Amino acid sequence: MSTAAGKADNPLERGALAEDAYMRRRKRISSLFAWLCFAATASCLVVLVTLLGAIFYQGLPWLSTTLLTNNASESPEDAGIKAALVGSLWLIALTGLMAVPIGVGAAVYLEEYAPSTWWRKVIQLNISNLAGVPSIVYGILGLGLFVRTMGLGKSVLAGALTLTLVVLPIVILATQEALRAVPGTIRQASFALGATRWQTIWRQVLPAATPGIMTGVILAISRALGEAAPLVAVGAAIDMTFLPMSLGDDYSGLPLLIFYWAGHANPQFHQLAGAAIVVLLLVLILMNSGAVLLRYRYGKNIKW
Amino acid sequence: MSTSANPTRSAAPGLEATRQDWLEPLIRYALLACATVSVLVTVGIVGVLLWQAVNFFGYVYYVNDAGDVVATAQELGERPAPADAVAETITPGEFLGGTRWAPSQYLFGILPLLCGTLLVTFGAALVAAPIGLGTAIYLSEYASPLVREIVKPVLEILAGIPSVVYGFFAVVAISPVVGAVFGEQTDTFNALNASIVVGFMVLPMVVSLSEDVLRSVPRSLREAAFALGATKYDVTAKVVVPAALSGVIASFLLAVSRAIGETMAVTLAAGQKATLTLNPLQEIQTMTAYIVAVRQGDNEVGSIQAYAIFAVGLALFGLTMVLNLLAQAILNRMRNSYE
Repeated sequence: MSTAAGKADNPLERGALAEDAYMRRRKRISSLFAWLCFAATASCLVVLVTLLGAIFYQGLPWLSTTLLTNNASESPEDAGIKAALVGSLWLIALTGLMAVPIGVGAAVYLEEYAPSTWWRKVIQLNISNLAGVPSIVYGILGLGLFVRTMGLGKSVLAGALTLTLVVLPIVILATQEALRAVPGTIRQASFALGATRWQTIWRQVLPAATPGIMTGVILAISRALGEAAPLVAVGAAIDMTFLPMSLGDDYSGLPLLIFYWAGHANPQFHQLAGAAIVVLLLVLILMNSGAVLLRYRYGKNIKW
Repeated sequence: MSTSANPTRSAAPGLEATRQDWLEPLIRYALLACATVSVLVTVGIVGVLLWQAVNFFGYVYYVNDAGDVVATAQELGERPAPADAVAETITPGEFLGGTRWAPSQYLFGILPLLCGTLLVTFGAALVAAPIGLGTAIYLSEYASPLVREIVKPVLEILAGIPSVVYGFFAVVAISPVVGAVFGEQTDTFNALNASIVVGFMVLPMVVSLSEDVLRSVPRSLREAAFALGATKYDVTAKVVVPAALSGVIASFLLAVSRAIGETMAVTLAAGQKATLTLNPLQEIQTMTAYIVAVRQGDNEVGSIQAYAIFAVGLALFGLTMVLNLLAQAILNRMRNSYE
């Protein structure tokens, strides 16, 4: 600016030059800012790649049929995830059976029936709050309520009931959103034809909302599959040598075994944990792609 | 739409009409019952935690002159208390204000656990807030549809990965790097490991919520700023972000609440030694990790440790609930202001 000032005696021109430098600086700041934001975005990608890289680097050498056919063991060579995987499948099946009807029912009540009174507001606020309660708190609730007070002990039913409480808010909130997306005209048309409220909901609103509800259900089941903290709290076993056969049987869970292995002093178990995570992620991907397919098939029939 | 008048059926008499007469109210009450379950869950949480916490604070144990615990009321049952010992309990004041957490010596001051939790949470916020807000700004203000198509699923995957997997990541990838960078003073398990990994965990949450509120800022505000000669940076940092600030703060609060309650990753990364310290390179124990430690060990039902987890759980529940309700209130107010 000082060299420029020497050349430009005209004050107007001097102002223009200063303005020029000022604008250049502002534009530099602007593009620097854009790059910083881009770097932040790129770092999300880097985190994911590193995470997956670490999992596969540790886990791939240990992926074998032994892993799937053996149960947990203190020697890494013989250790497998069979009982834990089966236990996890039990848990998500039971959790789905309990959480989906209750969750969808609650959402239908809130969206389609409940008058906007203080009671509705209380329930709504309560659900948003429950969605943010740490899963370990649900775990000790399950311990106090299901395991001890109701005397279910360390049974797969107690575990599934606890996980149901964890995922219930997710199902409710997703279903509510799906119901809200169904246009009011659909309901009014149905009422105009003489349908009752429940007929309208069952035959018009719910089918139209199914893709959205499915998404929420899959999200909830995925969460139930990955949760380890509630299982630790209710006292699920780690070293299971037999498979759960009924609701009252002991059980283990895949995330619980992963937790145990990842915290093991022997680093070979860390690699086993990596292999178990690969299996866990595969099940998650399978479930989610199933959801995408279902959503596509149901979604095709809706035209308005 | 849900409040539109209920068309009570007075139409053609017939089989279906009579069936509907009792079916409709029945379904209505069944659905109401489903909705009530969610309230019962909250009542259950508060009830169980309070009831067991009362047991914790009412737990009587006998201390002799040397300061050793010689017996507990539980062990004694009907027998008389030892003559040379004094009966004691943990008071809520000792619990909330005590600076030592050593359950084997009947020292239950929650401050070391709270300090561990807050240390990890603060570190996680330092990771997640700038990266999360930067990403949200990029996605909302700069990104082309293609970039969005790539980044959105990446964030969804990151959000869907279970917490225990992040814990594994901390053990095999973050801990060695932190150890190598900070050298000998570093414990294998430390708060910094946990901060980094929890920061990554809550990142998708910050991004998606912040992006939503940034996008909800009306276009006219941006156009007005551009018309005044503002650069893209000026528009974003001085107009859009301030307009969306309360929503961004709400997303931070929810992320903080999530970090406080985070369990498996923190347990694996930060360790199990209750230490009152602000040094992120030391091994610590968080509130959640303590609950895990007790539940993993074989503490008999009725021991004071078995009750202590409920008192810690109550503190955890209270802390996260305040943050959640605060964030919810801010978001609701914001939603109203733009509609």
